[in-house]
Amino acid sequence: MSAVRSGPYVPGSSMQQQGYGGRESANLGDILERVLDRGVVIAGDIQVNLLDIELLTIKLRLLIASVDTAREMGIDWWEHDPWLTGDAHELAKQNRKLRRRLAALEEIVATRAEAAHEPEAVERGR
Amino acid sequence: MDAEQGVYLYAVTRDEGGEPDGPAGVAGAPVRRLAHRGLAAFISTVSLQEFGEESLRRSMEDLAWLEEIARAHHRVVEAVARRGPTAPVRLVTVYTGEAQVRELLDERHAQFDEVLRRVSGRWEWGVKAYAVAGPAEPVAETQDAAPGAAYLNRRRAALRGREDGWRRAAEHAQAVHEALMDIAVAGTRHRAQDPQLSGRREQMVLNGAYLVDEARAAEFARVVEDPAERGVTLELVGPWAPYSFAALDHDGETAYGDAS
Repeated sequence: MSAVRSGPYVPGSSMQQQGYGGRESANLGDILERVLDRGVVIAGDIQVNLLDIELLTIKLRLLIASVDTAREMGIDWWEHDPWLTGDAHELAKQNRKLRRRLAALEEIVATRAEAAHEPEAVERGR
Repeated sequence: MDAEQGVYLYAVTRDEGGEPDGPAGVAGAPVRRLAHRGLAAFISTVSLQEFGEESLRRSMEDLAWLEEIARAHHRVVEAVARRGPTAPVRLVTVYTGEAQVRELLDERHAQFDEVLRRVSGRWEWGVKAYAVAGPAEPVAETQDAAPGAAYLNRRRAALRGREDGWRRAAEHAQAVHEALMDIAVAGTRHRAQDPQLSGRREQMVLNGAYLVDEARAAEFARVVEDPAERGVTLELVGPWAPYSFAALDHDGETAYGDAS
């Protein structure tokens, strides 16, 4: 029985440094992510509904202690954030779009800045 | 069973080991094993005052309570996983009695069997990658530019620099993920953690979970230690019970794990 607790049995020295039993001190965020978000989902007789748990995990990811604050902040923003969802392709696409918009805006600003120097002459020319 | 008591389920394994000798379960209750048709459910008795639906709704919002339950749940799952292939069950899966747990083992027998076969001799490793802030690129100042335009140029260069940094980091992360997938049996990229949860200021660009054969664990770790992966900071966490690879309702081998 005690052999069960006798420590690391995964081969390899780097693993042993990590220490199997060392996870007692595993980061709370990692633990919550796993026990709330992963693992076998089966219907118990008594269970808070999954949607609630989903919302809860989002709040936890934001790590906002107060639920009210989370609600005020709108808790779903980062569900759609391609960066946070790991969708780098979407991010790159969005960046390109933003860059184009920025360039267009800069052009408009530049044109207006030029125009701002001109109008007097135009007015006088009439 | 007492109407005021429920059965909390932690994990399902094959019916091979002896009685649990690991840590206590949630609320300090002893964990016991319920064997049925070759499977074993690890359970403990909980008070429905605390684990009833209404009270759960309230207490799940209480971070201190949740942390205690999550850690207790995790400790039991880990202790069980050390003894053999384990299907960890999601937090607060509560039944009204042992009969319902037996029913579950009956109904999902084939699926549990499949999951346990899949994770046998394998562990889950977490690998996180963080973007390393690169050196800021020098901005060529145009002498004759108006202050406004100069500002815009600087701003544009800064944005471009940051964007390039992110893109480089994302590309690195993808390369690391692919290298890890070559060794892992399966892997999946989870959503990146918020800096407040990861506890690091750098942006997380990879939050991967990998199912790795015990025999290849050292090889797997070497990828993470590879000094060639300089564009990102890598973090190896594990081994974990196969939390990310225990889904019962996967649609055959193709649907599970590989999200790359």
